[in-house]
Amino acid sequence: MPADAAPEIGEAPEGPPTEGRTVLDARDISRALTRIAHEILERNKGAHDLLLLGIPTRGVPLARRIASKIASVEGLEIPVGSLDVTMYRDDLRMRPARTLLPTEIPGDGLEGKVVVLVDDVLFSGRTIRAALDAMNDVGRPQAVRLAVLVDRGHRELPIRADFVGKNLPTSLVESVRVKLAEYDGVDAVIISGESLEGAT
Amino acid sequence: MKRHLLSAADLTRSDAELILETAEELRSLADRPIKKLPALRGRTIVNLFFEDSTRTRISFEAAAKRLSADVINFSAKGSSVSKGESLKDTALTLEAMGADAVVIRHWASGAPHLLANSGWVRSSVVNAGDGTHEHPTQALLDAFTLKRHLGSLDGRRVVIVGDVLHSRVARSNSLLLQTLGAEVTLVAPPTLLPVGVDGWGVERSYDIDSVLPKADAVMMLRVQRERMNLKGGGFFPSAREYSRRYGMDARRMSVLQDHTVVMHPGPMIRGMEISADVADSDRSVIVEQVTNGVAVRMAVLYLLLSGNESELGRTTSAATDATSAEAAAGGDA
Repeated sequence: MPADAAPEIGEAPEGPPTEGRTVLDARDISRALTRIAHEILERNKGAHDLLLLGIPTRGVPLARRIASKIASVEGLEIPVGSLDVTMYRDDLRMRPARTLLPTEIPGDGLEGKVVVLVDDVLFSGRTIRAALDAMNDVGRPQAVRLAVLVDRGHRELPIRADFVGKNLPTSLVESVRVKLAEYDGVDAVIISGESLEGAT
Repeated sequence: MKRHLLSAADLTRSDAELILETAEELRSLADRPIKKLPALRGRTIVNLFFEDSTRTRISFEAAAKRLSADVINFSAKGSSVSKGESLKDTALTLEAMGADAVVIRHWASGAPHLLANSGWVRSSVVNAGDGTHEHPTQALLDAFTLKRHLGSLDGRRVVIVGDVLHSRVARSNSLLLQTLGAEVTLVAPPTLLPVGVDGWGVERSYDIDSVLPKADAVMMLRVQRERMNLKGGGFFPSAREYSRRYGMDARRMSVLQDHTVVMHPGPMIRGMEISADVADSDRSVIVEQVTNGVAVRMAVLYLLLSGNESELGRTTSAATDATSAEAAAGGDA
């Protein structure tokens, strides 16, 4: 059931190395995250009340990197957590049960915080909808913003990112894969048109 | 594809580890303001209890409700079973009501197996204790509790003491803990070891004092007087003698290693198999076992029911199927 299990964002399945085209390399990613960090600070008028929540798996290291960039600019440690949205997905019923990933809410919860959700790729928007629902059960932040490394379009829900590393126009048959040193040993964003059946 | 959880023997090591890892994530739910997840919204779980139970039924009920499932409690007392209805007719009724899972506790060993394999119901069947046979979710929660205290179970020595003959907990634990790499020693008077225990792959001893110093965990079993009375008794000369030879007391606790924990599946009889000072000591993890029970049962129900097919037993096929491994890795977006 490869077609069925292909992730919603249409990442290329692992296994045979897909050629693909590297659209962002390590330095591009670093620059994009630096800009996002500055935009977050500008929008928030400082680092007060900020809290970054990464969506596992790759949203979490991205959130940590943004936090360390904010720390080097403002000299203030920003709490970073993770938010698993598995149980809140609208396609939970359509596939085999999925492995749960860690949810870690730092410090004293979300009350009164400005939460910035961090994810690698924004595609249909369904993950973010699930994240908003998941957050609803954890607490009531003062505001929620969304930061993504790549926005590849094709939204299926009225959801928009506040901070975007790179807008990447794609066709539905293409797949976008974010590789991060923490998991893949290398930083890169790769686009490939290989797995035609993988796209939703 | 495993749709049911009938025996701890059905679980491969990767199945068991998946359940324990899932339970670990679910345990943090207890610290949240809203202790509810939407994973099983709209699913119906029937708790079918033919035998008295407090903690297991409440634990399953709490687990199902925290996953937003609808729960129907059915106990044999005050139902049509007391009028003589057979298991088959009860099952057909449940099927007609559209249950997605049946959690069954029955006094007859093998009743869950019959329910799962007879074709009477299409739902998943979870064994919540059948006769003197198995109690797999108890073994899972014991393994979960042990893992939290000991880390990996590989090479750990677990001693199970007491009425092994009547204990479904002992059998399920022996099977599961060995699957997870632990070494299990059963300690009991010869009259309270079941026929066929040789096939369990465990060590045996009649002398508790010789095995305690090396144990990493000691699990005390309740002496099931109600089952002994049915058989006319005679399993040991007196309660006092049993307690002196096989009971856990302060003196025996003092020879344990510093990290060794004392467990009991409950309900315990203080002064019989375990003394009050042991049950209330720092080594006792008995209350924690109950807390962990909810998380482990949530994990089992989630993995069996939340998707379009059960996740248990898929692990081997997933290894050859790169895409499902990818989906398991998160499918982030």
